[in-house]
Amino acid sequence: MSTAAHSAQGSPGRPAPAKPRTLLSLLLHNRLAAIGLTFILIWTVVAVFAPWLAPHDPFVTDMANKLQAPSGSHWFGTDNFGRDILSRVLYGARISIWTGLIAVSISFLIGMPLGGIAAYYGGRTGTIIMRFMDVLLSFPSLVLSMAIAASIGAGLSSAMIAVGIVGIPEFARLMFGQTVSLREKEYIEASRAIGVKNSVILYRHILPNALAPLMVQATLGMGFAILTASSLSFLGLGVRPPIAEWGAMISEGREYIISGQWWLVTFPGLGIATSILGFNLLGDGFRDVLDPRLRSGK
Amino acid sequence: MTTLLEVRNLKKHYPVRKGFFSKQVGAVKAVDGITLSVEQGETLAVVGESGCGKSTTGRAILRLIEPTEGEIIFGGTDVRSLNTEQLRRFRTDMQMVFQDPYASLDPRWTVQRILEEPLRTHGSAPAGELTSRVEQLMEVVGLSPYQAHRYPHEFSGGQRQRIGIARALALNPKFIVCDEPVSALDVSIQAQVLNLMQDLQEQYGLTYMFISHDLSVVKFISDRVAVMYLGRIVELAPTKELFAKPLHPYTQALMSAVPVPNPGLKKQRIVLSGDVPNPETPPTGCAFHPRCPYAMDRCKSEAPVLRELGPGHQAACHLY
Repeated sequence: MSTAAHSAQGSPGRPAPAKPRTLLSLLLHNRLAAIGLTFILIWTVVAVFAPWLAPHDPFVTDMANKLQAPSGSHWFGTDNFGRDILSRVLYGARISIWTGLIAVSISFLIGMPLGGIAAYYGGRTGTIIMRFMDVLLSFPSLVLSMAIAASIGAGLSSAMIAVGIVGIPEFARLMFGQTVSLREKEYIEASRAIGVKNSVILYRHILPNALAPLMVQATLGMGFAILTASSLSFLGLGVRPPIAEWGAMISEGREYIISGQWWLVTFPGLGIATSILGFNLLGDGFRDVLDPRLRSGK
Repeated sequence: MTTLLEVRNLKKHYPVRKGFFSKQVGAVKAVDGITLSVEQGETLAVVGESGCGKSTTGRAILRLIEPTEGEIIFGGTDVRSLNTEQLRRFRTDMQMVFQDPYASLDPRWTVQRILEEPLRTHGSAPAGELTSRVEQLMEVVGLSPYQAHRYPHEFSGGQRQRIGIARALALNPKFIVCDEPVSALDVSIQAQVLNLMQDLQEQYGLTYMFISHDLSVVKFISDRVAVMYLGRIVELAPTKELFAKPLHPYTQALMSAVPVPNPGLKKQRIVLSGDVPNPETPPTGCAFHPRCPYAMDRCKSEAPVLRELGPGHQAACHLY
């Protein structure tokens, strides 16, 4: 509160109300979030334009040039079938990022409302929902996703669904905990006293206040989803070879680390690492930007 | 004077459950049979120490907490018989101001949105008039409308409490339960907020139920006072009368604890021994008897009822 604000009180030229800034502009003002967003943007562009960017056909084998170290003609080297790793990494972005996004969206969009409803309304319904989540959590995640993927049938979409379902309890539990603590806040009681409907309170008050850790979980979940989907591919329940997928590429290339052909795993690994880093930074940025108290403008 | 609110035998018991099958083994009697009435336009203060059930009483009257038993008649309507939707609409008539101005406003909402919420919920202002109505509300409680786009954390405690009051006023209620509205504020700010509340009462003909543990605040703002002890009303009287001539030994002890700004005055302070008993296992008879300096045999076995002992002065004690 400056003197300018004070003198303006009543005079016709009062200051314009603070500009409601859009989420995107707030994110871009947050340095880390901007970096994260850049990584994601780059990988998205790569995924979309892979056919134009790739120097070689990612599926053509060339046994004469197998296991070539990075060079001028093959920047990232070649794999055990002589395929160009750079091209395969670029094509892999399509599958890996897409898988992560879809799987996490499934977990998020199903887990969050389940946890919120279980906590806010409580009672028998809440108990049943949360005990079911515990049952899901009690299985090792890979075993459960294998079982689900196998029962729907092998393929990329069933891998996405399987990984998505396995991630549901994490979000449900997180939202449950958040809602339980928020439910007792006085501003929730104030809204009830006003006569706001429960569904509206849940959506407009509890959800925005609970969102920050869920966003962080979602970005972390991206990494988990990409890796689990890769494991499924490796086990023959996800993408089938020769389709390029980062996790599958690492699985196939891992036996060559010992013999010194590090490039087989390093470049798809970097793909996973940078894309997950991008999502994690974005998640942190979301956390700061979604909370008006943490908005520093930096 | 017409009666706006009548509460009869209001009870709120919280079950105590134990064991694998959550068997109910007892109940915490937070509010145990409260009967009172509030007249149109008056301020009824409810005082008592922490845990005596005063906040629970206020919330149970508004059905923010579902009462276990009892009748609540508000302006001729039986509040307890309303279904969810009817109750939701009925809430326009009775509002609440909360104790903690830091916790009662959603930190992610601007003041504009906070004050719009009641108006939107009940459609009490057309969309085009929301902004002007919010500006008006802010002016009424002494805030500048240009602050409408700020977030709660950008305001001081007193200003936040003004926002809380503006929100309660938005629906033009008849009755407001004020749950310790100034106890979280600095003393200098307390007076401002109390004055504001009094002005608003005159301006809009509001009726207050003012929950507090601060007797000097109560003396200033209320017309009548109900003193609670362990979930029950022990004394109810006009403010002046209660402060001049407290009848119940508990009220007497409370009064003697009020500091008097006169260092020369020799006061007799009644110091109670012991602690407030556990409301899960309240003492037999009069709940106050283990701490009462005048306790008689009768007090241990027979619970006294609230009786009229003077004009408008009720007390629950075997002494009279």
